[in-house]
Amino acid sequence: MAEKVLMKGNEAIAEAAIRAGCRHYFGYPITPQTEVAAYMAKRMPKIGGTFLQAESEISAINMVYGVAGTGKRVMTSSSSPGISLKQEGISYIAGADLPALIINVQRGGPGLGGIQPSQSDYFQSVKGGGHGDYRMIVLTPESVQEMADMTALAFELAEKYRMPAMLLSDGTLGQMMEPVELPEESSATIEKPWAVTGTEGKREHNIINSLYLKPEILEEKNIERYERYKLIEENEVRYESFMMEDAEYCVVAFGIAARVAKNAVVEARKEGVKVGMIRPITVWPFPKKPLAEAADKVKAFISVELSMGQMIEDIKLATECKKPVYLCNRVGGMIPAPEEVLAKIMEVKGGCK
Amino acid sequence: MDNNALNKRVTLFCGHYGSGKTNIAVNFALHLRKVGHPVAIADIDVVNPYFRTKDSQRELEAAGVEVIALPFANTSVDLPSLPQEVYGLVQRRDKKVVMDIGGDDRGAYALGRYRPYILEENDFDNLFVVNFFRPLTRTAEEAYEVFREVEAAAGIPFTGIVNNSNIGPETKISDVINTKVLAEELSKLSGVPVVMTTVEKSLCEEAEDEDFFALKLQEKLF
Repeated sequence: MAEKVLMKGNEAIAEAAIRAGCRHYFGYPITPQTEVAAYMAKRMPKIGGTFLQAESEISAINMVYGVAGTGKRVMTSSSSPGISLKQEGISYIAGADLPALIINVQRGGPGLGGIQPSQSDYFQSVKGGGHGDYRMIVLTPESVQEMADMTALAFELAEKYRMPAMLLSDGTLGQMMEPVELPEESSATIEKPWAVTGTEGKREHNIINSLYLKPEILEEKNIERYERYKLIEENEVRYESFMMEDAEYCVVAFGIAARVAKNAVVEARKEGVKVGMIRPITVWPFPKKPLAEAADKVKAFISVELSMGQMIEDIKLATECKKPVYLCNRVGGMIPAPEEVLAKIMEVKGGCK
Repeated sequence: MDNNALNKRVTLFCGHYGSGKTNIAVNFALHLRKVGHPVAIADIDVVNPYFRTKDSQRELEAAGVEVIALPFANTSVDLPSLPQEVYGLVQRRDKKVVMDIGGDDRGAYALGRYRPYILEENDFDNLFVVNFFRPLTRTAEEAYEVFREVEAAAGIPFTGIVNNSNIGPETKISDVINTKVLAEELSKLSGVPVVMTTVEKSLCEEAEDEDFFALKLQEKLF
């Protein structure tokens, strides 16, 4: 086993990306993700990589677009307001079918909001954000270890399906320090016959583009892309099921909210309440099937979120509203205490006969 | 820890980002108060947005330690301004002062404006905090690189090294003891003595014969 080090979530992302072979980072500082950029600034020059602080987020994401076209592993990171600025570029990257990693260490919004943790960019991450018909693979870590592991995974999935992937984190996970076992260095990469790497006169030009002026062609491109998305929904759903075997109530939470909710589930079990938790790890593709199956068994769902209730809509869709879904939330940078989640579980139990 | 060794009027805690400066500064201020000194602690960390001295404000004030925090620490205002009261602490010389400085050279620059007063009085300890389980200070050489960057930015020479090596809740006492050789190596490279080895309170009890400074950690909420 590799030796453990003590790292901040943001640093773990940066180091894991380097170990996954990423040598190109473009960003613009914003709290609470700045450590990703700071770490890259220190490390990249020492290993022959590129760290570039762009003049804006818009510029940074377009630099990512450029490198992605060459088939190299490339990433950017920001926090909520900065991610909003990057949406146009993300849409272009999706439209040009390019792999890239975008990190969002979320903070409270809307607008400039605050610098404390939040999950209120859920809609933005899984329902578009930018314009056009496109999807992004969205992974949601709940620990510093997962910040590292999922960074590597996100690169792999992005390349496999030729699309942008996002690590959807929050300020707490970015700032907290935990022991972490870093992934091994990996140079594993897949063939990229589409990459713009110079033809050497041996092949046709590759073209990186998202502009299709003939509607028939653009329609075809969109349909093709959605066939790929269908494969992802079949093969890449990830979730954790916790104490669900005999559960009568199902808590649904991801990221830092899941961490708090898990404590509440354990406490509720001690008081004899049969409650379990489904933790989506990919929020797109969303774990529809396990939730639909749970809907046949449990009396109610409780969505624990650091937003005004965004994921709750996907839970209702996945379960086709077979059972009631209640919301337990804090917003604006506040995090619910396990006791608050426990109180909600008890309240829901009291109301369900 | 030798109580006579760290007995200067001003004690500064500098070091690598995330090396544990805030926890140590808070514990050291409480320690000074406990042995009878009037004490103030000043948080001039302009780098870190979360996990601040202010988190321990209630405990510190209950113990009689004056807390000077950044006006906007722990709020949603990301405005790294320094409190005017810090000038009073370095100029009045009427109580012991513990200063918690931001990480790396970036954090140490904030010390610059107080440097003339601290150097003129010449009654300070400037302590370099190091955790050899942190990714960019895994060896004595790497730590020495950070040591020199921070010292240059602060403009105040280091007088001691604090070995705060830990891997969070998974730390075993043997992990700490194993890093002693690294701390000594850093001491040789820098010519500055190791003045303190810190260990989380409950672990401290496992090693009675060692001279550790026991740390009570800031409360963890999840």
